Amino acid sequence: MSVKPSDSTSAIPSELLSKIKPAKWEDTPLVLNKRNFHWVTEKICGIVEQKTPTWWWWCFITAMAIASFTGLGLLYLVSTGVGVWGNNNPVNWGWAIVNFVFWIGIGHAGTLISAILCLLKQKWRTSINRASEAMTVFAVMCAGIFPLFHVGRVWFAWWLFPLPNANAIWPQFRSPLEWDVFAVSTYFTVSILFWYMGMIPDLAVLRDRAKETWRKYFYGVLAMGWRNANNHWRNFEMAYLLLAGLSTPLVLSVHTIVSFDFAVANLPGWHTTIFPPYFVAGAIFSGFGMVLTLLLPLRAIFGLHDLITEKHIDNMCKIILATGSMVGYAYSMEFFIAWYGANSYEGFAFINRAFGNYWWAYWIMISCNVICPQLFWFKSIKNNIPLVWIISIFVNVGMWFERFVIANTTLSRDFLPSSWGYYSPTVVDIFTFFGTFGFFSILFLLFLRFLPLMPMAEVKSVMPAADPHGGKH
Amino acid sequence: MGKLMDIKYGLAATFNSAKELFDAAGLVREEGYKEWECYTPIPVHGLDAQMGVGRSKVPCFTLLGGITGFCTGMLIVWFMNAYDYPLIVGGKPYFSPIYPFPVFYELTILFAAFGTLFGMFFLNRLPRHNHPVFEHPSFGRTGDDKYMIVIEVEDPKFDDDVTKDFLKSVGGKSITLIREPINS
Repeated sequence: MSVKPSDSTSAIPSELLSKIKPAKWEDTPLVLNKRNFHWVTEKICGIVEQKTPTWWWWCFITAMAIASFTGLGLLYLVSTGVGVWGNNNPVNWGWAIVNFVFWIGIGHAGTLISAILCLLKQKWRTSINRASEAMTVFAVMCAGIFPLFHVGRVWFAWWLFPLPNANAIWPQFRSPLEWDVFAVSTYFTVSILFWYMGMIPDLAVLRDRAKETWRKYFYGVLAMGWRNANNHWRNFEMAYLLLAGLSTPLVLSVHTIVSFDFAVANLPGWHTTIFPPYFVAGAIFSGFGMVLTLLLPLRAIFGLHDLITEKHIDNMCKIILATGSMVGYAYSMEFFIAWYGANSYEGFAFINRAFGNYWWAYWIMISCNVICPQLFWFKSIKNNIPLVWIISIFVNVGMWFERFVIANTTLSRDFLPSSWGYYSPTVVDIFTFFGTFGFFSILFLLFLRFLPLMPMAEVKSVMPAADPHGGKH
Repeated sequence: MGKLMDIKYGLAATFNSAKELFDAAGLVREEGYKEWECYTPIPVHGLDAQMGVGRSKVPCFTLLGGITGFCTGMLIVWFMNAYDYPLIVGGKPYFSPIYPFPVFYELTILFAAFGTLFGMFFLNRLPRHNHPVFEHPSFGRTGDDKYMIVIEVEDPKFDDDVTKDFLKSVGGKSITLIREPINS
């Protein structure tokens, strides 16, 4: 709780106060223009209750068209074989792992906002957490496509799970790839549970406002008969806190285990203990980039300036700056350890990263991930919304290249020069990845159209009117 | 089948602010009512203590789920890699609680999360789509910006006139008798 000036200064004699003239501390409100509860309800419900806007249809059709590239790419792959991708010896992972890690990483900001910031009592998270959680769920869906189809015969992908099959062979639990199956599927399931549970009170509001029959049934079934009772809230708040507590170690473990895919292998450039924290920081960095990329246009389209304020954007820029600096630190630490470790293979791997066959990818990564976010030291840049949006796109690009650099420089130049190669994606690779942006957009547009964009009850909870003690706490 | 009869469910009073409801809830508790409930658009801070209800029991379900998940993870790894089809990997023991740690870890979280969600549903007795308070003409406003206290007929102290006057005295507006339709 913020301490009011009157509380903190009441014990000090007034003659002393007049001498030191303490500055007044005022918290910037999280909802601007003194909006009331009803305004919030109308604003958020209005987004799903209004007639479908024309721009929505244009975006939806475009997203469908883009997503069809993934559809065609996968159809061609399944009917021909996994050789239609550019993966070949020595680079057997290629874009599949790059895209997988890229999309999974994006999801992490959603969980950070909904879980970690909840535990840290960061009240500003309330207006952005629902959309970010939706982003998490959809990003994990996009991520799943790549390992799923990389197995080649996708109809056998269920062998990854510990289910009895005709071969009577079970999964091998010492493999980090098997750990990944558990980590990613748990992450996906728990993210959906958390997202859905947080939505129940808002779905009940939409149910109670519904005029059309289909709406009454749709929101009615989803709201599970929620009735705003204090007994409901009591269990709901406890469950929400517990899910936040469970999601926090979960989100940290997911990218840790993803980094094990690399770090457990004995390859120079991969076999390092810095990978787990470095991957988690990178994931949060890229995820916040994507949150800004998505929310800044929504803020403008739906007029949400009173709910997603400059303070929110400023805070997100600061997190990008912090995590971007951590990533930059990790890059330099990798180089230092490669030199300090005095292992010639490790040393070569890093010199090769910066100046070898993929030097261009490395320098794209450095400029987007290390240099770009440093601009957020300047308040004038943080307050320039179009510029923030452009930087957020650079962050996304940079983080994709980071995974590309990690996966491909090491694999293309391993121990034996006789097995060196150069990896290039095929057109099928490019189509499949390009289309996932359409797939993601379809899901996100449907979310905007049918589900509450912001948790209304949570936004109301951080407004002054929610205080039952009339400011005397 | 039609709505041929109805029975009394309780008396509802609305309030305009969290503070009004909070103060009134304290008075209802002091008056000695037992079967009553507050309906609020937000979880009101400190209302549990004000109503005299204890801590939520959801954590028990979370713990139960977590233990189940941990044991399930241990069991499947031991059964699959050490018992049913012993698998030699790198000459290491068939089973150890260390190497498949991520599997237990994730399953512990997964089952604990399910335990939490279903525990919340169970304790709230949801799904239930037909509660009598939905019959209140402006029940929907409790999800928007109104607060409501409902004292049920079930309460031993309930009396049509006395309770009505009491709700008025604690500052309740538009006192309404909620009637629950029943099919006969």
